[in-house]
Amino acid sequence: MKVKVLCRNPDDYVRETTKDIQRVPRNYDPSLHPFEVPREFTRALNATKLERVFAKPFLASLDGHRDGVNCMAKHPTSLSTLLSGSCDGEVKMWNLTKRECTRTLQAHEGFVRGMCTRFCGTSFFTVGDDKTIKQWKMEAPSYGEEEEPLTTILGKAVYTGIDHHWKEGIFATCGQQVDIWDEQKSSPIRTFSWGVDSFSSVRFNPVETHLLASCASDRSIVLYDMREATPLKKVIMNLRSNTLCWNPMEAFHFTCANEDYNLYTFDMRRLDIPKIVHMDHVSAVLDLDYSPTGTEFVSASFDKTVRIFPKDHGHSREVYHTKRMQHVICVKWSSDNKYLLTGSDEMNIRLWKANASEKLGVLAPRERAAMNYNDKLKEKFKHHPQVRRIARHRHLPKTIFSQSKELRVMKEARRRKERNVRKHSKPGSVPVVTEKQKHVLTVVK
Amino acid sequence: MAARKNTKLKPAHVGKKKIAVKRYWDSTQKKGGEDAEEQKKTEHGEQKNNLEGGMPYLKKKRKAQTGKMGISGKVDPFPGLAPISKEKLKKFKRGEKKKMSVRTGGRLKQSLSRAEVASKLAQKQAARYDLLLPEDAGCLEGDEDEDTCIILQEDIADAVDITSGAKYFNLSLSQFGPYRVDYTRNGRNLLLGGRRGHVACMDWQSKQLTCEMNVMETVNDVKWLHSEAMFAVAQKKWLYIYDSSGIELHCIRKFNDVLRLQFLPYHFLLATASTTGFLQYLDVSVGKEVAAICTKAGRLDVMALNPQNAVIHLGHPTGTVTLWSPNQREPLVKMLCHKGGVRSVAVDKTGTYMVTSGLDRKLKVFDVRTFQPLKSYFLPAGASCLSLSQRGLLCASTGNIVQVYRDVCGTPVKKPYMTHRVRGSVWGAQFCPFEDVLGVGHAEGFTSMIVPGAGEPNFDGLDANPYRSVKQRQEWEVKALLEKVQPEFIGLDPGLLGMVDRAGWEQRHQDKVQALGFDPLAKVKFTPRLKTKGRSSSGKVEKRKKQVAHEDQRDQIRETVERLQKEKQKKENNNTDRGQRSALDRFRK
Repeated sequence: MKVKVLCRNPDDYVRETTKDIQRVPRNYDPSLHPFEVPREFTRALNATKLERVFAKPFLASLDGHRDGVNCMAKHPTSLSTLLSGSCDGEVKMWNLTKRECTRTLQAHEGFVRGMCTRFCGTSFFTVGDDKTIKQWKMEAPSYGEEEEPLTTILGKAVYTGIDHHWKEGIFATCGQQVDIWDEQKSSPIRTFSWGVDSFSSVRFNPVETHLLASCASDRSIVLYDMREATPLKKVIMNLRSNTLCWNPMEAFHFTCANEDYNLYTFDMRRLDIPKIVHMDHVSAVLDLDYSPTGTEFVSASFDKTVRIFPKDHGHSREVYHTKRMQHVICVKWSSDNKYLLTGSDEMNIRLWKANASEKLGVLAPRERAAMNYNDKLKEKFKHHPQVRRIARHRHLPKTIFSQSKELRVMKEARRRKERNVRKHSKPGSVPVVTEKQKHVLTVVK
Repeated sequence: MAARKNTKLKPAHVGKKKIAVKRYWDSTQKKGGEDAEEQKKTEHGEQKNNLEGGMPYLKKKRKAQTGKMGISGKVDPFPGLAPISKEKLKKFKRGEKKKMSVRTGGRLKQSLSRAEVASKLAQKQAARYDLLLPEDAGCLEGDEDEDTCIILQEDIADAVDITSGAKYFNLSLSQFGPYRVDYTRNGRNLLLGGRRGHVACMDWQSKQLTCEMNVMETVNDVKWLHSEAMFAVAQKKWLYIYDSSGIELHCIRKFNDVLRLQFLPYHFLLATASTTGFLQYLDVSVGKEVAAICTKAGRLDVMALNPQNAVIHLGHPTGTVTLWSPNQREPLVKMLCHKGGVRSVAVDKTGTYMVTSGLDRKLKVFDVRTFQPLKSYFLPAGASCLSLSQRGLLCASTGNIVQVYRDVCGTPVKKPYMTHRVRGSVWGAQFCPFEDVLGVGHAEGFTSMIVPGAGEPNFDGLDANPYRSVKQRQEWEVKALLEKVQPEFIGLDPGLLGMVDRAGWEQRHQDKVQALGFDPLAKVKFTPRLKTKGRSSSGKVEKRKKQVAHEDQRDQIRETVERLQKEKQKKENNNTDRGQRSALDRFRK
């Protein structure tokens, strides 16, 4: 008789001293782990619920401005530094880690219309209602020194926006026309105009650095090549675009914030139809900024909310609002892809998390592993109705909720009407116009 | 297994024949021509494995490595990754590879193929990990012309080491028997319930009694709940829940005359079958009754749990076995298994096989996935208590004899693997999880017998850990409660939740209606406009209504006529295409 009976030595399975961690032998045999899918689903559901529980995006409010915040600029090398310009001509420099103002300067009379930092981070430019462009040093003046701009250029008309070249000492301003300036010269090296009386914003392309785009008040978006004497082309839309932003990762793509409550992502090569129409705002969109990874962007609107859109989705994944935040005028996405900064009418700058439920600070390895696992599960079961319902739910202020409902009703009514017209007219005489085609009038070259 | 194969691995495209390296563990070497053939076969399998195993870049690497000299000048006899046997890969396989439809494109296709690669890698790594499992299963082999079934328990207990030998013991409790038996999920604790009210729970390995009491009532069944801290007792009238020190926690008046109990550990449900024919589910985490199903099948005293999908199997005096989930009033499946009544039912760990025994003295094995009978055995005395172990041993008791069969579901069995005679007639038997032990409750007490090869040798520490500390148990309890599976998910296929639910048109339409708040396809009822100057007389209105009413019908008719005409035209065209018409064509239909 040969016999072998299962007999385990407890020493192999129990920790030696109480200082050790517990031993956990594993056996991955599927028959020892029944209900794999339902258990994973339950975990995913719990993770989704916890995500909503921990979604507390608001971090801080920076107050100190004495008028509405009109523009902001990120520091290119320092994550903790932020510049903001207000409607009374004041520029403030903030330390975000300490959440305090480090420097204040009276830059202009009237509004500070636009500001931008030099790519090296040593100085910044502001334009204002007093028809001047001023360059300022980044560091505060030493004791006893006057707060003075490095250079001041007095122009003929009001400048409404400014942007700096990403690699060279060149910047562009817009106002009555788009001007390209060399930092060393006091007159523009190039001037573009295309039968337009005023521009609202101008932006350099971060990848193809010679290209720039601007939004004009005649509802058009104009593209320029800095090396050429004339503009490249323009697209005219139904309503005016307020600002635009290039995708920092995809050189051809830019998104513009429009007065008709939508944002449009265009491919520069095909302007006749936007790639995606981003809808969700219920009032004019005033500003937007791309995340440094180029996968998402944030938009600020007159409807007192901030929304985050994935670059290839038509609807927002997140909406931020507070009771006290008024019309949001400017917005920035921090260079570490973690925070959002919004400047609004009621003189405050707010700091938000880009990912509402993210835990800040250093994560323990097991914590990180658990988080990754939960993320994967959420991803896996995201289309399940139970999970989706929880993940999608956002509380909205009553006004915005009812307005969006109203807009939906209006849209549906229009669609119904169009359908009825089509039904009662000769087949083919009323063509189907898609949502993307509706908003672009013409492309001019 | 893998080690043995390694020795026979031979790089096929190196022309010279090489002698395989011999290893110290290589004791089972075969001889002669049979060996050569075997070798050929394994090599063949090996190559196939190689082809399917590993990612493409790994394969390339392996090829490059074969025949390459190491730093010391020696050739690596086992180049590349160790091969994995097909059976092991199959063991860890999760579902079939889904075919993508032609229309699947872009991002979805990418993500699907990425998921495919990841799951394949996971499968392979799990299969590789199998080699590292520390324990081997037990076994019992007789000498030549010695049957294992005549080996006595005392001999086994003498032959094995002292710890294992102590696992064979008898408790003589002749006053309050017969006894029902239940082990906890990790196999550490034992619960005994005597028919005449004696309830005792103990750590059976150290033989420490945790609590003992007499409930002064008939006890029909006992069951541990999710951990060793609580257990349920089905008494004469009501269902009671006690804690491990014997304090009565609940008396559940909603559950009366309960005969059998089953606990669904991942759902935290206690399923009860009663004399009145009710199958009731109690959620023990919140204390609510989840479902009460009137089975309309009379007294329910045969019950089993399918551990893979949490479906309850009930056996009836009519010879049928019915399968139940708490979500449905009617049985999921009703199958006729025996000519007489069903005496006992057991379902194996993988949820593949069901074993039943009936009054017609037959023991039958069914495939629960297809509900087909696989095997049928005739036992002279019939079997009363059936129980399946983790490794597929079947315990069947007839009167006071306990028989253990090996591999009932596969090859036809001639004689039992082990037998043991206990003092009284058997009333309850259960294999202890993760141990080679069978607990038998009978009229004269309890017998714990050693059945080598019954238990799963390697447990999973996160699921059911026999060696867990109190702290670990508490943590596990919290985690288990957090991922409690909802009773709505109980069904025949537990993986259904992971499948794509192709919503039908109706479902999609309903969703759309719900999202929009109105039905876009709904027909608006025509209300004729009010016209003045006598043009809205009721006759005129009716006429106008009629015009509209018939419009749809007319459209439909018009379409059909057009379609028919087109078809006719097509046919004629085909006919003319056939070339020269002959004179005889006029007779063609």
